[in-house]
Amino acid sequence: MRTFVAPGMGTLLGAALLATALGGAAVAPALLAQSSAVDEIAKYRAALQDGNPAELWEARGEGIWKQKRGPKQASLEQCDLGLGPGVVKGAYAQLPRNFADADRVMDLETRLLWCMATLQGFSDADSRKQLFGNGNERKSDMEAIVAYVTSESRGVPMNVGLANPKAAEMYRIGERIFYFRGGPHDFGCVTCHGDDAKRIRLQDLPNLTTKEGAQKAYTTWPAYRVSQGELRSFQWRLYDCFRQQRFPELVFGSDASIALTMFLARNANGAPFDAPAIKR
Amino acid sequence: MADPMKIRANVTGDTTEVKVLMSHEMETGQRKDAQGKTIPAWFIQSVTATWNGNTVLAAQWGPAVSKNPFLSFKFKGGAKGDKVLITWVDNRGDKRTDEATIA
Repeated sequence: MRTFVAPGMGTLLGAALLATALGGAAVAPALLAQSSAVDEIAKYRAALQDGNPAELWEARGEGIWKQKRGPKQASLEQCDLGLGPGVVKGAYAQLPRNFADADRVMDLETRLLWCMATLQGFSDADSRKQLFGNGNERKSDMEAIVAYVTSESRGVPMNVGLANPKAAEMYRIGERIFYFRGGPHDFGCVTCHGDDAKRIRLQDLPNLTTKEGAQKAYTTWPAYRVSQGELRSFQWRLYDCFRQQRFPELVFGSDASIALTMFLARNANGAPFDAPAIKR
Repeated sequence: MADPMKIRANVTGDTTEVKVLMSHEMETGQRKDAQGKTIPAWFIQSVTATWNGNTVLAAQWGPAVSKNPFLSFKFKGGAKGDKVLITWVDNRGDKRTDEATIA
């Protein structure tokens, strides 16, 4: 948007700015407008909190979790999310982690793909058919299962361990990716998420280099995005951040995506998990 | 078949508060798809709530109601253990009824 200044207004504006600068305690009008917009968005979120449609995804996901599906006609109830087969409660708060059976560090979504392959016999192509919902009737089973599993960790403090050397390596790689700048815009995660009070349009961006910032951001994903009418997983969050940076497409469940998740999840340690949340 | 609703009903004193979350696209008929074709309107037209066979709420809705709508209302009466039934019918004739027990 362009601002037009009428002749004569320039000096007036200048005088006003000077007065503000001299006043010292006076708040600049632009800053005031920004903080009030932030307050309004916070009120909007609070108003929506009561009827979060994420609950619809949680209910659907629980159904899919318990339903016998795939060539082997098995449910996911024996899926080991790290706390033993079938234990869902609190599992997400400790992910990603290294899984000995797969000999790989996995986040929730990758582990679900693995369980769909080993327990249910789905081919990789089948289980990857609809990883994200389209904002219409074509809903994603993956996002529903993610909603259900993560909802079972609500209130559980984040506790991601790095004792395993592979997990520690993933964390280091994730840290490198976070600070890496590249692409046509010479962008990196840190460009937007390395300082306080940065924003895209009117959206405040969390400073992920601070403990509070990382905790607040990580513990409120997945989330129902009102503007998209969809529940979005953490894999989607990273995928869309990469798109916005004009980076190469982040492949779902790739080591790069798991490494970044590991970096952010570990930095959120100690904070109670509080998702699926609701976002604009 | 549409996904089930999430219904919560709580009584305090002589008033019951009901909160309903419905799963519905609520397409306005104003949007176009990637090919430029209009996406046909598809929305919930009527909502009724009954308690012990009495209608406590009847509403006519239009395309201005959001996707996955959330409805909250209160009515006089209700006791713990009573059933509240919610029914919606959309403009395609699809309908869904779910019930909740007042807590």
